[in-house]
Amino acid sequence: MEKHNIKKVLLIGSGALKIGEAGEFDYSGSQALKAMKEEGIETVLINPNIATVQTSDGVADKVYFLPITPFFVEKVIAKEKPEGIMLAYGGQTALNCGVELYKQGILEKYNLQVLGTPVQAIIDTEDREKFNQKLSEINVKYIQSEAVTNVADACRAAETLGYPVIVRAAYALGGLGSGFCDNVDELNVLVERAFTHSPQVLIEKSLKGWKEIEYEVVRDVYDNCITVCNMENLDPLGIHTGESIVVAPSQTLTNSEYHKLREIAIRIIRHIGVVGECNVQYALDPNSEDYRVIEVNARLSRSSALASKATGYPLAFIAAKLGLGYGLYELRNAVTRDTSAFFEPALDYVVCKIPRWDLGKFHGVSKKLGSSMKSVGEVMAIGRTFEEAIQKGLRMIGQGMHGFVANKELSVANIEKSLSEPTDMRIFVIAQALEKGYNIDKIHDLTKIDKWFLYKLKNINDISHQLQKCKSINDINDDLLKTAKQLGFSDFQIGRLADKSQMKPDDALLVVRNMRKQRNILPVVKQIDTLAAEYPARTNYLYVTYNGDKHDIDFAENKPVIVLGSGAYRIGSSVEFDWCSVNAVKTARNLGYNSIMINYNPETVSTDYDECDRLYFDELSFERVMDIIDLENPEGVIVAVGGQIPNNLAMRLHNQNVPILGTSPVSIDRAENRHKFSSMLDTLKIDQPRWKELNNMKDIYNFVDTVGFPVIIRPSYVLSGAAMNVCSNKEEMEYFLKLAANVSKEFPVVVSEFVQSAKEIEFDGVAKNGEIMIYAISEHVEFAGVHSGDATLVFPAQKIYFETIRRLKKISRQIAKELQITGPFNIQYLAKNNDIKVIECNLRASRTFPFISKILKTNFIDISTRLMLDKPFVKPEKTEFDIDYVGVKASQFSFTRLQKADPVLGVDMASTGEVGCIGNDVNEALLLAMLSVGYKIPQRGIMISSGEAKSKLTLLEACRMAQEKGLKIYATHGTKAFLQEHGINAISVGWPDEKGENNIIELIADKVFDLVINIPKNLTKDELHNDYEIRRSAIDHNIPLLTNARLASAFITAACSLDVNDLEIRSWKEIK
Amino acid sequence: MKAKLILETGEQFGGQSFGYEHPTSGEVVFNTAMCGYPESLTDPSYIGEMLVLTYPLIGNYGVPVGEFDKYGLSRYFESEKIHVRAFIVSDYSENYCHWNAHQSLSAWLKQQQIPAISGIDTRLLTKLLREKGSMLGQIVFENENAIAEISNPAADNLVAQASCREIIRYNEGGEYKIVLVDCGVKHNIIRCLLKRNVEVIRVPWDYDFTNIAYDGLFISNGPGDPAHCTKTVENIRKTLDGDTPIFGICMGNQLLSLASGAKTYKLKYGHRSHNQPVQMLTNKRCFVTSQNHGYAVDNATLGSDWQQLFVNLNDGTNEGIYHKHKPFFSAQFHPEAASGPVDTEFLFDEFLKKIKNN
Repeated sequence: MEKHNIKKVLLIGSGALKIGEAGEFDYSGSQALKAMKEEGIETVLINPNIATVQTSDGVADKVYFLPITPFFVEKVIAKEKPEGIMLAYGGQTALNCGVELYKQGILEKYNLQVLGTPVQAIIDTEDREKFNQKLSEINVKYIQSEAVTNVADACRAAETLGYPVIVRAAYALGGLGSGFCDNVDELNVLVERAFTHSPQVLIEKSLKGWKEIEYEVVRDVYDNCITVCNMENLDPLGIHTGESIVVAPSQTLTNSEYHKLREIAIRIIRHIGVVGECNVQYALDPNSEDYRVIEVNARLSRSSALASKATGYPLAFIAAKLGLGYGLYELRNAVTRDTSAFFEPALDYVVCKIPRWDLGKFHGVSKKLGSSMKSVGEVMAIGRTFEEAIQKGLRMIGQGMHGFVANKELSVANIEKSLSEPTDMRIFVIAQALEKGYNIDKIHDLTKIDKWFLYKLKNINDISHQLQKCKSINDINDDLLKTAKQLGFSDFQIGRLADKSQMKPDDALLVVRNMRKQRNILPVVKQIDTLAAEYPARTNYLYVTYNGDKHDIDFAENKPVIVLGSGAYRIGSSVEFDWCSVNAVKTARNLGYNSIMINYNPETVSTDYDECDRLYFDELSFERVMDIIDLENPEGVIVAVGGQIPNNLAMRLHNQNVPILGTSPVSIDRAENRHKFSSMLDTLKIDQPRWKELNNMKDIYNFVDTVGFPVIIRPSYVLSGAAMNVCSNKEEMEYFLKLAANVSKEFPVVVSEFVQSAKEIEFDGVAKNGEIMIYAISEHVEFAGVHSGDATLVFPAQKIYFETIRRLKKISRQIAKELQITGPFNIQYLAKNNDIKVIECNLRASRTFPFISKILKTNFIDISTRLMLDKPFVKPEKTEFDIDYVGVKASQFSFTRLQKADPVLGVDMASTGEVGCIGNDVNEALLLAMLSVGYKIPQRGIMISSGEAKSKLTLLEACRMAQEKGLKIYATHGTKAFLQEHGINAISVGWPDEKGENNIIELIADKVFDLVINIPKNLTKDELHNDYEIRRSAIDHNIPLLTNARLASAFITAACSLDVNDLEIRSWKEIK
Repeated sequence: MKAKLILETGEQFGGQSFGYEHPTSGEVVFNTAMCGYPESLTDPSYIGEMLVLTYPLIGNYGVPVGEFDKYGLSRYFESEKIHVRAFIVSDYSENYCHWNAHQSLSAWLKQQQIPAISGIDTRLLTKLLREKGSMLGQIVFENENAIAEISNPAADNLVAQASCREIIRYNEGGEYKIVLVDCGVKHNIIRCLLKRNVEVIRVPWDYDFTNIAYDGLFISNGPGDPAHCTKTVENIRKTLDGDTPIFGICMGNQLLSLASGAKTYKLKYGHRSHNQPVQMLTNKRCFVTSQNHGYAVDNATLGSDWQQLFVNLNDGTNEGIYHKHKPFFSAQFHPEAASGPVDTEFLFDEFLKKIKNN
């Protein structure tokens, strides 16, 4: 077969990060673009996710920050006239969009060739009936299910199959709208919701408790096939694979089972006709070799990103090449560089993926795990024992756990129930069950987790008891110490278990560390080489283990620069910090340094071993970072680009005489420690909201009496406002104080005054020895009270007084000077009537860095890195005052996936992703950004319940515009009366608990509205049930919801004043 | 009990014994497969060898029961017993879990009197073997002394040890009669043939099968240096004048090559894994194969009637040959798998097709 003769391709990205579709597609897309570039093919990328690496300068030739919808993609196609299109690299979003383009005849109209798997093959895997038909043709077993299109048929199907059944919405990413039902009542609820996501719903027999196994399969146009990796879920069927702890390769499968499933996977990929990569998921009977195919994803997926990182086999890169017509045997193994890409990696280590949840951030959400995905990120840990890998992984998820054991005791009310009804804490419930003496059989009965995994977990528990029996840290003998390290115990865990002298845990850690070094019990660095050492490999992909005698590598003479990455994606820290990390390591490399990255998040570009000279896929703990520093002896360590995780390490590394590049850790501490920071501001005579450190209730009441409610309550060292809350009255305050105190005992809790109706302004800058070199000022659309990570951002700020800007600059200069900042920083301000207060200051890159860098076309991280390394840089000519366009950053929420969570915004961050779009004015940029995060331009009717008088007023003009546009306005009684008074006709709608006609919940279900606006009456989360019902049912019925009056007003204004057909389609390069 | 692996070059690796506690020696070789230890351990091609697994977690699913089927073939293993001299791993799992498990790997090794060590840096050991080539080694226990000189198992005719002593017939009355020359045959080869409803006449390695009537000749896998099998080579050579189909696997590929006049040589550290990529030169198709061999056919010495059928995509070594005009062919890899990928099982069908067409 001939190779494609394509000169220009369009790649569709995945848009904002959301639950079920996260950073893995930045990695896949970047790899695919790299592959095209290597072939000399011009690339066009459409992706509004401005914080990604793939939308950076030099990755694609042209980038469009536009919504991933058929409408906009067609516009780009019409303009760019590419010859090929790539649909497999942007997750379900890109795939769905591609299928839609195909169905609308757009691909044909523009004579676009789909590179890789043909669209019909994709449709065959996505439509359950067609898929089952395909599998029958090749004698492959699938789960008995029935596709239905209405509730009555669903009930009948469930009766036939027999309960329990699982409900799945077709064409939905990450198991959206799916779940288990044990009876008809549960079925009714779930099916109804599923129909809001998809016209077709599948009712299938549940195989809860079977093993869940995945294969990543690759096929070229010559029909050559390989399986790059298989993976086994520790959590058996019943928990979505995105919610499961997953190991690679499989651990409990015999040769016969492994190769039976492998052979079937290849049979399937051949029959469907995939060209490139696909993922096959199986259920495997734990008591025989019986199996069922669960599903096939004919695209790059989260699992394929994991498989790439687990094996070192660059799946997306190879898949992209295969799409051009290459044979696997014509491509090279990127790791060995000598052998062919037609091979299957042999691992000589085990990897363990653990999801990261942030369910604590969502009010009211159910913490039970099931067939729908709720986790927001994941980590991958590498070890040469399972115990080592899982203990590393449990530390990496970063929720205050130190491994499987030696954690703070959980309060589990009912262990048996918590084992059989899994939540995000189940693995720790297992730890507690073992501690309480539950035997393996009992835990297996309750969890259905394969006993092999439980035996391994018990090994960890057993060693923890041996450590506990030691009289002191010095009493631990060499054998026990070595065994503990080989089973993944950290120095912290060992110290906590063995110390009997009440040492501070961090001091005990150092005692263990020093003793270990004296006894020469040290970790070794091993390579990931895809062939288990069978052939020499020039690989820089590394991990650290205690299960080995010698390093695989030598340590260079010339001193490297180490960049600490950002760890697991979580609410408040995601792809934006990966962009920062990648750019910092790239600049260090370009400046001629031996560049080293440490990170453990498989969904990132920074963990692509192409990006740096050495990649340590390992923990960002003090212990592991010190291990690596001891070996690598770096020139310096960059802690300022990976968000809060490396930032928190700064002081401790500094105390060990580690050279930290950029701002001194002493200054970082002065900014992070609220008390120190505040007294600094006082000294500088810079205003700040009044606050007080909290030690006893009496003082708090006195303080609140002075400033008045509402107040904000928060612990120190927060990112994304963990455990931060606004309290409007005494009762709430007492409740939240209890929560906050539980989060962190080491740092005092802070109460501060909450300034209402204030503008929030972000000042991002880069400084050198205390002098600001470049900066960017952006403003929030919402008033203060919405977390800055959730707020809609306008850059350059359009609506702040010149006077305000002047003052901001002055204060920022003072702070930069006082803290002697070198490198990136961010200051958040409140502004009200030209009155400026500082809220907080971070001496590191903020989440806005990629956004402002791309809007301004000045790479703030590149400049930061040069300054931190004391290298020259050229000050950009253009500043934000010279640009003729506006950027708007909007947030993506994933409430649809978080059943029962109240979709309301507050001081605690809730968004999972963001986009950034560019327009000639705020209206244009805002409209594009909002469309990019899933809002739709209202065509029929808007439902408004607008809360307090102030919000009603804010919405008034927007309502008038909407009416003039011919949109019907629906409103709850109070809002209707207010609108009527101001000459706007509204249709009255009854509250959820009101009987009679026009009940709002029914109208939402009937899809009468295409936008719901519900403004909470006060700032607390403890909202009236009626309002919650409105918000939740809008989300459950997939109707766009806005809960902030200023944003709602801005969106309606933009939607009414612009016609999307008239928008100019411009690439990033064309916008000057 | 503590145990040590000592290589002939002097390097020592200390670990824990989990098998039979008796000193042993042999050639140390590594395999990079990630599953299938019961199959590997019972593969007769491992006679004389101390097997190192690069995959660290071993023993997880225990060991199945040693039952035999109606033909007297082991139901789950590749022969009647364990053949390796010793087993060397990184992380042995004493606790196992599988519906088909009968006992732990350790219990089985002890029962079969095979020493085993865990806690070894098998990656480091593998790199040594890769750089210096396969070498001899010994395992000693706690306070024992090492022996001064280790005898090289490859100096012996290992095929003679592995082969059956008498003719065994399977599925008498099957559609075609196939003579299987047993150089240490894996049971799955016999299973693959029987599945295709043929009669298998399994003969000892040195048996002169030219005296019996058959429709196809199969030459099996086996341990060690093919140079010892002069009798087998002579017998094969006698049949090359005829037109009866021949199919060889592994040692079978080497013996067919030797019979055709080609030469073999010892590879530095052999191919032992489940992920060896081969390409079929007649149609460019690629397959992932299971392999276990220390010797290879020298392509340059192939006669003019013979051609290379498969090539290894990693190192370009010979992976099979075929006769340009006659129905003779062989594969260096293991189409019967067990353990390993089953991509090339169709070669048995090819063999049957040739028999039918003959």
